[in-house]
Amino acid sequence: MLFKVTGLTKNFGGLVAVDDLSFHIEQGEIVSIIGPNGAGKSTVFNLITGFVRPTKGSVWFNGEEIVGDRPFGIAKKGITRTFQSTTVFIQDTVFDNLVVGHRLRTRSGIFGAVLRSAGARADERRCLAKAEEILDFIGLTPFRDRIAANIPQEAQKKLSLGVALATEPSLLLLDEPTGGVNLEEDDSLIRIIQRIRDSGITICLIEHKMKVVMGISNRVVVLNYGKKIAEGAPETVSRDERVIEAYLGPGYAAA
Amino acid sequence: MKKPDQLKYLIPSILLLAAFSVPLFVTSRYIYHLLIMSTIWGIAATAMNLIMGFTGQVNLAHGAFFGIGAYTTGLLMLKLGVNFWPALLAACVVAAIFGFLIGLPSLRTKGSYFAIGTLCFNVIVTVIIDRWDTLTEGQRGLMGIEGPAPIPLPFGYRITFDSMTATYYLNLILLLFTLFVVYRIVHSLAGRTFRAVRGNEDLSSSLGINPFRTKLISFVTSTFFAGLAGGLYASYIGFLSPEISDFHVTFEVLIYVMIGGIGTLAGPIIGAAILPFISESLHALAAYRMVAYGVLLVVFIIFIPSGMVGGFKLVRAKLRATKKG
Repeated sequence: MLFKVTGLTKNFGGLVAVDDLSFHIEQGEIVSIIGPNGAGKSTVFNLITGFVRPTKGSVWFNGEEIVGDRPFGIAKKGITRTFQSTTVFIQDTVFDNLVVGHRLRTRSGIFGAVLRSAGARADERRCLAKAEEILDFIGLTPFRDRIAANIPQEAQKKLSLGVALATEPSLLLLDEPTGGVNLEEDDSLIRIIQRIRDSGITICLIEHKMKVVMGISNRVVVLNYGKKIAEGAPETVSRDERVIEAYLGPGYAAA
Repeated sequence: MKKPDQLKYLIPSILLLAAFSVPLFVTSRYIYHLLIMSTIWGIAATAMNLIMGFTGQVNLAHGAFFGIGAYTTGLLMLKLGVNFWPALLAACVVAAIFGFLIGLPSLRTKGSYFAIGTLCFNVIVTVIIDRWDTLTEGQRGLMGIEGPAPIPLPFGYRITFDSMTATYYLNLILLLFTLFVVYRIVHSLAGRTFRAVRGNEDLSSSLGINPFRTKLISFVTSTFFAGLAGGLYASYIGFLSPEISDFHVTFEVLIYVMIGGIGTLAGPIIGAAILPFISESLHALAAYRMVAYGVLLVVFIIFIPSGMVGGFKLVRAKLRATKKG
């Protein structure tokens, strides 16, 4: 098993944001976490990636407990997350965004930089090559030298995926990767996510758009008020009474 | 595509040539003095720009590190009779050690908290230098710090630093060295890491970058060169008093960085080269000089936050865009 959380709990003061949550992800899967607004989905990502410390529970990755590790350490181990509000380095070009995404796989520091040592130059070449590769993969070549702040929202979404990919993760956590994008016109974002999975990277995603969830997930975990209320294949979960009730309110389930 | 590149090398080359040919047309000791001070402030401003401009941390203790460097050189030379060159290196190292010790707690804070924390440190350093009479001579100051010792060359020749010209060249070369180091850092993966932390700390963390470590490296490097500037100042002026470490120095350097162009390589040096001359030419205004300075700073921060170099780049980009369109 690539990844699992057991008994994950987070109290914010009196509020239980995540309540005794357990689920697992197998190598090569796409698992979606869904639930109404405020169900605690993003908090789960923050707990997994070390941005917020859990009150209780543990997170296992490649057979190793990672609770207590800091976010950059967890990224180095191979879990990279994106943020709900599209987050890229807005002052830098698209290409420069991707280059720094691969920084964690290099070691050279400022002495290497000042001396332009062989190691530093090799590291730089690797980062540049990685950035070219990802640029092509996410289809942003036309935007290569544009400042990230000035490209369209959907291109920014792809860029944030690309920057995360540049870290060479084995597990990618995507927080609403299609939020704010009209998929009726262009579903290239979804195709990118599928291609990421096909390249061997395991994906866990938080999503609101049922079309996305139903279309690409192997399994779905449903949260409500921080508790897991259902888990299973997308078709099964979408017929689950508790899920329908959570989304539409009591009384709809019977109908 | 060729043109911008040519321009990129042309302007620095002309400036470099002008800087090296200064002795051909400057004879006034007073102008020399201003130029030497510009090189020293240029080093301090370039150092400040590394942590502030390229790493995004508003360090308001720069004057303290300048002062620590100055006093390290001054005390080693006066009290222990150390030669100028090791005393200058010691200035850099001692300032960097203090940078590390101060960075450890203060860089855990962010934004305005870091600015306030470092400003407090600056005040403390000045008070300590002022009160620690037995070591620093307090308000009496350190007097009679000598210039650089001659560098022996083969065949009995040697480089001496008695003349203004030689002192000017020494400071100019160390300014270029500082600029070279910062240039190499900025144009490397390490520099990209600095800029990533400046741009977004949370995103940097999620990409496996340790923001604290990154800031600490930038901060220590910055204080190393602040110490260098201080050491050069001590030996050039020959006299030190506690005021040389206080926060007015910080703000003086800050003004050079802001008006010259924060986050650009040339900006701080241009600021440090031009502003002292403007300031001197405003001497007739006496106390109002500082008011004029203040107004200038406010105007820049509101209308041209990227400073002279940033403003120049903007104008050039606009001109190019209209030419194309």
